[in-house]
Amino acid sequence: MNKKYKLAAAPYLLWMIVFIVVPLILIAVFAFTTTVSCDAEGNILSEDELAEYLAECEENEVEPELTEKKVFTIQNILDVSKYSTVLINSAWLALIATAICLVIAYPLAYMISRMFYSRQKLALMLVMLPMWMNFLLRTYAWMTLLEKNGLINKFFALFGLGPFNMINTQGAVVLGMIYNYLPFMILPLYSVMTKIDDRTIEAAQDLGANSWQVISKVVFPLSMPGVASGITMVFVPSVSTFIISRMLGGGTNMLIGDLIDLQFLGNAYNPNLGAAISLVLMVFVFLCMSITNQIDNEDMEGVLL
Amino acid sequence: MKKKILTALLSGALIASSIIVPISADDEPEYSNSVDWDKFRGQNVTINVYNWGEYISVDEGEEDSYDTNKEFEKLTGIKVNYTNFASNEELYAKLKSGGSSYDIIIPSDYMIARMINEDMLEKLNFDNIPNYDALIMDKFKGMDYDPTEEYSVPYTWGMVGIIYNTTLVDEEDDVGSWSILWNEKYAGDILMFSNSRDAFAIACKYLGYSMNTTDERELRNAATALTDQKLLVQAYVMDEIFDKMTGGEAALAPYYAGDAITMIGDNPDLAYVVPREGTNLFVDAMCIPKGAKNKEAAEMYINFMCETLAALKNIEYIGYSTPQKEVPEYLDEELANSPISYPDDEILDNTEAFIALPNATTKLMDELWTSILTANETAPWTIPVFLIACLGMSVGINVFRARKKKRNAG
Repeated sequence: MNKKYKLAAAPYLLWMIVFIVVPLILIAVFAFTTTVSCDAEGNILSEDELAEYLAECEENEVEPELTEKKVFTIQNILDVSKYSTVLINSAWLALIATAICLVIAYPLAYMISRMFYSRQKLALMLVMLPMWMNFLLRTYAWMTLLEKNGLINKFFALFGLGPFNMINTQGAVVLGMIYNYLPFMILPLYSVMTKIDDRTIEAAQDLGANSWQVISKVVFPLSMPGVASGITMVFVPSVSTFIISRMLGGGTNMLIGDLIDLQFLGNAYNPNLGAAISLVLMVFVFLCMSITNQIDNEDMEGVLL
Repeated sequence: MKKKILTALLSGALIASSIIVPISADDEPEYSNSVDWDKFRGQNVTINVYNWGEYISVDEGEEDSYDTNKEFEKLTGIKVNYTNFASNEELYAKLKSGGSSYDIIIPSDYMIARMINEDMLEKLNFDNIPNYDALIMDKFKGMDYDPTEEYSVPYTWGMVGIIYNTTLVDEEDDVGSWSILWNEKYAGDILMFSNSRDAFAIACKYLGYSMNTTDERELRNAATALTDQKLLVQAYVMDEIFDKMTGGEAALAPYYAGDAITMIGDNPDLAYVVPREGTNLFVDAMCIPKGAKNKEAAEMYINFMCETLAALKNIEYIGYSTPQKEVPEYLDEELANSPISYPDDEILDNTEAFIALPNATTKLMDELWTSILTANETAPWTIPVFLIACLGMSVGINVFRARKKKRNAG
């Protein structure tokens, strides 16, 4: 039995190794190496020495004999600290977006989970509906809504208000994150809440708990796994997004995703630094996740006890 | 209109007697006999062409529409596998990381220079590209990016200028100078390039430097100018500019001449001017990267792209300017005489083409660019607040845990 299960998991295992583990290793390799130039004897040349050597070759009109070598370095990781404000800014915006998503999604998910079954399906479909459309298209639509001559400002202008400066601000970026990732918060919350037995709630009420106590002592602790995975699923894509900040932030609010993009597709092609930033971001996300997981585990234990 | 062009082309071709245009669709198309087009027919040869998006004439289902790649396939029997890239840097990253093989690439000038420096391009065999000598304008030969004329054949060219909305910009203000992009009157109405090379080029020209400067002090001054400008800039954009300018969302933006024509076509309030301080002349040229599998077939493709008919159709589709000698004769009068597409030599002389910059300079430029885009954006208190929040969270969890343990124990 057990063996059969293992066999069935093999395709995914292979997938994971080829497309997740190997790229991760490659990122780590890139992050900790740098390409240096060596002279004919294989001695590593510093930048000054290299310039000197090239100038010398030009003077004597000989072809420079140089080879390139990859060497271990932690300089890339140290260089990331130059961009700590970008990292913190991204994390800050993602945190705000996640918090707002949670506040919006929680009551909604609870409501949906208490509906009649047939209505639940409809409500879920409505939540998913925007996701059927292309992500870029939806973000693009927000651009036309928020613009100075956009629909929202035109609407306000009817009442003689505005125009308000909405696009190209950090608020617009957060809005884009909330709009795009809200379903990822609602769905895990819903799937956990729908498993909370109505009788558990009734039992609490029978035992004299008021509505607030039912929510805080029964529903919320039981929905904790959903909260944790919802936070993960919103925070992680938010913190690493780059297209939202480019379209709604007007390129003036650089996020960590933009910075990584710039290392690979920018003017100075620097995949080593790009990999180092990605690595730092991964460690950072991993840390944040471990915090949410702690809450989750603790509370579940509490409930179980 | 297009029919007229075709007839003009036909008669022109007959007079020149070097080109025979297909008279009806049933006839086997024949272009000039500059090379033996049938050389690879039936040998099942495929070439991989890697070009900018929207940068070749394609069949749009209209009558008379011309699909360059299909025409080439018909003429030579060589199959074309055509893919797109969005920026020179993307192309570079793709080639540098290896794993893919292309036979034709069409990068811009500075990228060609960089690729030549890094030994990424094959030398072309011009015996297979006779159209280069016959049909390419002399002023686009041996330019700074390929001074020895060994690696590239120009495909299109253009300039960077200022596109402005005549209803939003005062006549009295000096639009003919880059300094208008620093005019505080237009705060919030200015768009700017979101790629560092173009943005720095404008700042350098504004300050009177060369746009290929490698002087660190000059670059830092340019960065300061760009930081000052940031307060006035509405957004840093590339292709989003089309919507924003035609929709009247912004008043001023620097962009490429060919695209300016498209935008003016969509919104007649827009106008285009080349600043007198000088500007960037860019050339996109066809090259063959190292590792190309079918070099000779690729050279045939380059030769084909220089054919008057193919070049004409491509230019009509793209809207950029052509370096091909015979194309302007067949172009729509309005386009051929447009000062935007084909400016006077006086303006042309005042331009500068990008060359490859040393690694240290591009790195410095990207670093400065990052700091420009992030400066003043993060309020200084976010760092401590963030740290305190993280700390508070972990302390909170521990306290919570301890209390729970105590409660459970009790």
